[in-house]
Amino acid sequence: MEKRFTKNKMLLKWLKILNILKESIPGICSVCGVIVIWEVSVRFFEIPSYILPSPSDSIKALIQYWDYIKINLFTTLYEIGVGFGATVVISIPIATMISYSRIFEKTLYPFMVFLQLIPKVAIGPLFVVWFGFGMMPKILMVFLLSFFPLLMDTVAGLKSLNGRLYYMARTMSESEWKFYWKIKLPNALPSIFSGLKTSISMATVGAVVAEFLGSDSGLGYLLLRANGDINTRLLFAILIVLCLMGMIFFGIVEIIEKKVIPWHVSQRVTEKSGK
Amino acid sequence: MLRFEHVGMKYKTLTGYTEALIDVNFDVHDGEFVTILGPSGCGKSTFLFIGTGLTKCTSGRAVLDGKEITKPIKEVGFVFQDHLLLEWRTVLDNIIIQGEFRNQDLKITREKAMELIKQVGLKGFEKKYPWELSGGMQQRVSICRALVHEPKLMMMDEPYGALDALTREQMRVDLEKMWLDKKNTILFVTHDIDEAILLADKIVVLTPRPGQVKEIIKIDLPRPRNMKVKESAAFLAYRKKVTEIFMEMGILHED
Repeated sequence: MEKRFTKNKMLLKWLKILNILKESIPGICSVCGVIVIWEVSVRFFEIPSYILPSPSDSIKALIQYWDYIKINLFTTLYEIGVGFGATVVISIPIATMISYSRIFEKTLYPFMVFLQLIPKVAIGPLFVVWFGFGMMPKILMVFLLSFFPLLMDTVAGLKSLNGRLYYMARTMSESEWKFYWKIKLPNALPSIFSGLKTSISMATVGAVVAEFLGSDSGLGYLLLRANGDINTRLLFAILIVLCLMGMIFFGIVEIIEKKVIPWHVSQRVTEKSGK
Repeated sequence: MLRFEHVGMKYKTLTGYTEALIDVNFDVHDGEFVTILGPSGCGKSTFLFIGTGLTKCTSGRAVLDGKEITKPIKEVGFVFQDHLLLEWRTVLDNIIIQGEFRNQDLKITREKAMELIKQVGLKGFEKKYPWELSGGMQQRVSICRALVHEPKLMMMDEPYGALDALTREQMRVDLEKMWLDKKNTILFVTHDIDEAILLADKIVVLTPRPGQVKEIIKIDLPRPRNMKVKESAAFLAYRKKVTEIFMEMGILHED
């Protein structure tokens, strides 16, 4: 009996993986198709590589310049890591305060919206004046761009609670902390994760843009130099790295999401078989 | 004993004050099953909130065992109309949360929860999530959560309001069985005449808004009240009486 049960579970797991593979076939096919068309047309029309390098050429460039790219990649990763880390650490407590206090909300919100409406790219040069060419202005840009999406979604999540749950909690305990920790925060998690996904994409944009505006290392800096040297092959190699980096970040958030909120509607793969 | 003394409730609105309840008096004795019956919007649920200390009445007072209720009381289990189960917790964990909030020994709470799950016929569903259950099952879990800490008093706010008629009937029978076993005090709000009669020792009939006590009817039907009771002359007489009260108030009319 026990053995059959585990066997069934294994089978279910394999079926799940197979299902995921089956689901992703169309996506993989379309991406591969575009790459093939790109490769063939570059060769067929003999487009010079400084205008549009072929995919294979870009990958060759990636290998050729890897050491160079690697050093700059670390700079960018560091900026994103620190900036995004600050976003997570700061915006969730602020969102909590906003969700609890009307006065806090009313005094803070206009300020937040105002900051959000400023095109932050436009104040980038100012950061260079203030903080020079180092990491600081980049980290700040990453933080500013990624902060608001997470804040907004977290506030929305914390506020989307069925009011009767508060009454229910009150009949059990007076502890506000327990209510927050066991009911309010878990309830907001799906929303927080959707905020994290937007946020992490914005973080990458922030790092590259800040590096454009003035720096001596980082992928954004390298991108500008490659452009200046009309080294389009290097430029495409960097784009590949940026693309992969973004995908990995997004993937990490999604994996954590699957682990943390397996109960949420968006994660229910086997809803029908579960019943 | 839970006693409502001259309880009144006023709400502030844009145009002034609206009276929801006026001078309501009644007692709920220990171990008694009391149903509050009234039309929608007459302020029935407000009693449960006042009796639990979740809402303060604007005049009069609610007294539990000789002490005026001024803040949320703890010796209560509350069942709401919507099951209010947490979707990230399994059936068992949804029940155990009661113990977590009350800082009780979780091992004991777990044992009691398992016992209750068995009693309500959900054995084997402990590890399921709320969205994997039917409406009736969800409400059963919600009732288990309100019972696991063995409260003296149970407040039930139209708990079967969202269920279909068949499930309702079964839930009614099961609730009576459980109550006969535990003998706790239950205050049960409903707008269903049959349900009110079949469950109650005593029905408190309320008028439309502003809510006032129209009549308090003692129900003397043998327990347990199975499905057959509905055909008995005594039940039909009670139903006729309650229906006439509602017709008199103009809530039910023939044309």
